[in-house]
Amino acid sequence: MVEFRMPSLGADMEAGTLVEWLVKPGDQVKRGDIVAVVETQKGAIEIEIFEAGRIEQILVDLDTKVPVGTPLARIRTEREAQPAAAAPAAPPPAPPAPSPAPPAVPVRPRAPMVPARPGPAPSAAPPLPAGPGVAGRARASPAARRLAERHGVDLSAITGSGPGGAITHADVAGRLGGITAPPDRKRALGLDLDAMRTAIAAAMARSKREIPHYYLEHQVDVTACEQWLARTNATRAPDNRLLIGALAIRSVALAARRFPAFNGFCRDGKFEPAAAVHVGVAIAIRGGGLAAPALHHADQLPLDQLMTGMRDLVQRMRSGRIRSSEISDPTITVSSLGERGVEALYGIIYPPQVAIVGFGKVVTRPWVVDGAIGPRSVVTITLSADHRVSDGHAGALFLAEIGKQLQEPDKP
Amino acid sequence: MTAVADKPHLSREHMLDSLKQMIRIRRFEDKCAELYTQEKIRGFLHLYDGEEAVAVGVVPVLEKRDRIVATYREHAHALVRGVAMTAALAEMYGKQEGCSRGRGGSMHLFDRATNFYGGNAIVGGGLPLSIGLALADHMRGNDIVTACFFGDGAVAEGEFHESLNLAALWGLRVLFVCENNLYAMGTSLALSESETDIQRKAACYRIASEVVDGMDVVAVEAAARRAVHAVRESGKPYFLECRTYRLRAHSMFDAQLYRDKVEIEGWRHKDPIVRFQGWLESSRMIHPDDLARIEADVAAEIAEAVAFAEAGTWEPVEQLSRFTYAEKAA
Amino acid sequence: MTREAASSDTIEVTYRDAMREAIRDALARDDSVFLMGEDVGRYGGCYAVSKGLLAEFGAERIRDTPLSESGFTGAGIGAAMAGMRPIVELMTVNFSLLALDQILNTAATVRHMSGNQFGVPVVIRMATGAGRQVAAQHSHSLEGWYAHIPGIKVLAPATVEDARGMLWPALQDPDPVLIFENVMLYNMTGRLAKDAGSVDIDKAVVRRPGHDISLITYGGSLWKTLDAAAALAADNIDAEVIDLRSLRPLDDLTIMTSVARTRRAIIIDEGWRSGSLAAEIGMRIAEQAFWDLDGPIGRVCSEEVPIPYPRHLESAAIPQVPKIVAAAKAALGRA
Repeated sequence: MVEFRMPSLGADMEAGTLVEWLVKPGDQVKRGDIVAVVETQKGAIEIEIFEAGRIEQILVDLDTKVPVGTPLARIRTEREAQPAAAAPAAPPPAPPAPSPAPPAVPVRPRAPMVPARPGPAPSAAPPLPAGPGVAGRARASPAARRLAERHGVDLSAITGSGPGGAITHADVAGRLGGITAPPDRKRALGLDLDAMRTAIAAAMARSKREIPHYYLEHQVDVTACEQWLARTNATRAPDNRLLIGALAIRSVALAARRFPAFNGFCRDGKFEPAAAVHVGVAIAIRGGGLAAPALHHADQLPLDQLMTGMRDLVQRMRSGRIRSSEISDPTITVSSLGERGVEALYGIIYPPQVAIVGFGKVVTRPWVVDGAIGPRSVVTITLSADHRVSDGHAGALFLAEIGKQLQEPDKP
Repeated sequence: MTAVADKPHLSREHMLDSLKQMIRIRRFEDKCAELYTQEKIRGFLHLYDGEEAVAVGVVPVLEKRDRIVATYREHAHALVRGVAMTAALAEMYGKQEGCSRGRGGSMHLFDRATNFYGGNAIVGGGLPLSIGLALADHMRGNDIVTACFFGDGAVAEGEFHESLNLAALWGLRVLFVCENNLYAMGTSLALSESETDIQRKAACYRIASEVVDGMDVVAVEAAARRAVHAVRESGKPYFLECRTYRLRAHSMFDAQLYRDKVEIEGWRHKDPIVRFQGWLESSRMIHPDDLARIEADVAAEIAEAVAFAEAGTWEPVEQLSRFTYAEKAA
Repeated sequence: MTREAASSDTIEVTYRDAMREAIRDALARDDSVFLMGEDVGRYGGCYAVSKGLLAEFGAERIRDTPLSESGFTGAGIGAAMAGMRPIVELMTVNFSLLALDQILNTAATVRHMSGNQFGVPVVIRMATGAGRQVAAQHSHSLEGWYAHIPGIKVLAPATVEDARGMLWPALQDPDPVLIFENVMLYNMTGRLAKDAGSVDIDKAVVRRPGHDISLITYGGSLWKTLDAAAALAADNIDAEVIDLRSLRPLDDLTIMTSVARTRRAIIIDEGWRSGSLAAEIGMRIAEQAFWDLDGPIGRVCSEEVPIPYPRHLESAAIPQVPKIVAAAKAALGRA
């Protein structure tokens, strides 16, 4: 008994639909007989059988689409299958077992198998003089050099972990964080995501347990902000450009200075306003980590420095080079989900802080300006605050202040 | 120099051989179809069913030193020329024991030993190549003939016209063999040529030409003998249009929406094997034993070729970039 | 290798003369060499390269062809496969497009496709480049395209020495070799050793050693680049100029050794910018010399327009000395 299978009729045929049987069980067939019609992407094609015998059983109904190789019918053959017509095995990627005694076919002499010459292989790196490209000059990436230059780090004192011992940005960042570049890539991440998750869980649970949150929401027209950013960034190189996130942080910092009830710590039910404004910047890491390290004195930093500081925090956060002081220092936290996020974000306060400001994504809305409706860029800012320390009235004023600060992006 | 015979040997031995060659091709192509449905042969597969009389009539007339350029429908030409069936099938499997190291597949059978210059997947692509081969022989002053096989589809390509013109202009020993099977893939000759009498085009280039019934192996052989002789003696090209028909589709994956079954059946009655065999039987040139022996021999040769191909090996991937350029001897 | 020659042993020749001499020398040395193309015989060659050769070698070996680029290029390929050594002259790269199928689908593929049974030792010469106000269809620089194809070799002689010396080794090569002659070079004169002969065909050469930046170029752009280097020198910028000479294969070693020293690179290429040979070289530098770079890799290419007819627009469309100078200065932060 052999199986008649859906044939492959072309390199791009993956399946076919049987639309007609031209034989039925009991019919005799011989090699070359057309037994069915298959509908393919190119049209209906008659398929032939390569066996001789009697149709025993039809296995597939009409109008079913089946992949190439699916058994369609069983054939009782008249004699033993020829070696050449043996039941087809699954298409072997490796050569099959050799059949009995390959005949003595005169083998055509081939060109002598010379050892393969690499030839003009463009991918092969040319044998350059070993060591650094120029004697005495450290191999360091442009990003590494820039970071080193900004922080006055001596490249020659750093061991590189990049290809061929080159110094990478992470290597320089590690030197700045006071941690030497660990050889082990896993440890180089410096993060134990499980421990972090546990810590977050504990903190958030405690926050919800102990801090009576109240929530306020405020929509702010940030069109002026965006326009100012576009103008400012137009003349800057990409790695020098300002993001709206920096403006958000500065606005919160400036507002926090004027509304001290949102800037400080509540410990044992007692509120201590903080002298300085250190804004915690909530940063998520791939893999589930989350932390909000401090941007110190965010109310006093010029915007450029604030931006650089933010970038640096993100960079170090992702490579696990945050200092513990940076985690405990924030006096208020700002959280934003960026462009991927939602329109409004209600955060949970990080104890012992007393407030967290959330920024949704900037959307274009119809808005009334000077009595006329037009499209404006609008962002929803939320405040989650500790009702033991402040109330809605103050919260509203605080949020309004943030909104006002956002209208003056070019304030030094 | 071999003695020239304008007429084919109508000896029984020769007739049996011609029949056997045609049956051999037909069974081989059939086996290829089967192997293709089982995904042993991949890519494109173009079968010669119905056209056997052309390859069998023309190729044996050529001398070993003559050259052959063919198309992607070239299994028959390669086999008749003397490319081992084992090597041909292994090539179609993609095994490195194939005649082109497995690199070419069905459409690119090459064989240096028999002066077989491929297998070409570009319609019309072989014509300029044949001009070049013949040009080399012309410049060397020998009388080697280059036979260039192509279909009716190639007639539409600019290269057809350029090549005919160059062959005539420069006096090159090219035998142009047009296998007119009335269809260029799915486009019928009538829908593609303003002048469908193809051999008339040769006259525009002052090339001697002839039409022959491509379903009649004796007629094809007779015409081929005359043509090859003329080319070799005169040093001028010759154009032989063989009117034939492919009984199968253009390739395996072809629903044949462009031609109707009645037409196909009509040509099936002119099947060159059936006709020739019938004529031989009625002329008592062939006995049932002969036929049985032919079928048995052919089946055995095919089985051997399949076994060879199945047992063949894959060229190691590391060898991929070899033979892109010539290798210098170590 | 380039060879020094005392001035008394040199003669002044044009690039055209040098190429003609190369062809004549090959024809004389090897009976299997012949030249085939449009107007190479009676007309003396579109650019007068083959002037006089018909009289000297006869019509069989200086073979005029009809306007059948695909036909006669394929014929050259076939003749090469049958053991001759043809030089196919395609009048310009612009017309070579009609022969692209034969070049790519036959010449470049036959060896690999036939499992090394047949090679194609053909040489195909073509004029290339813009500068004569012959407008869009006659001004392409497509040698970069051809350099994309595995199975062929691509040369761009830019000096009289290379024009004289590259043809013979190209004819000896068992694989197809394309030689691109920039139209603006034919009239250029230079000094050539009287006994000048073959040169290598797979190495780039430093035409002007320098310290501050590597200017990598070929063909018609070589001389503009050398002029630019002279102008930069006046501004205390010491530029190293590399003549690629072979576009496929590219001589990575010479390029990277230079960039390792100068730390900056600009590629000057008359092809259109996008997907150009300059892009390929730039990428190789990024792959192999990244750690040595002190600034981004730059390129000066043709503007992305069909080459226009009027002189000032044509000039603006292709690389020129001021653009090369400006690019070099920008690379050094000295805009």
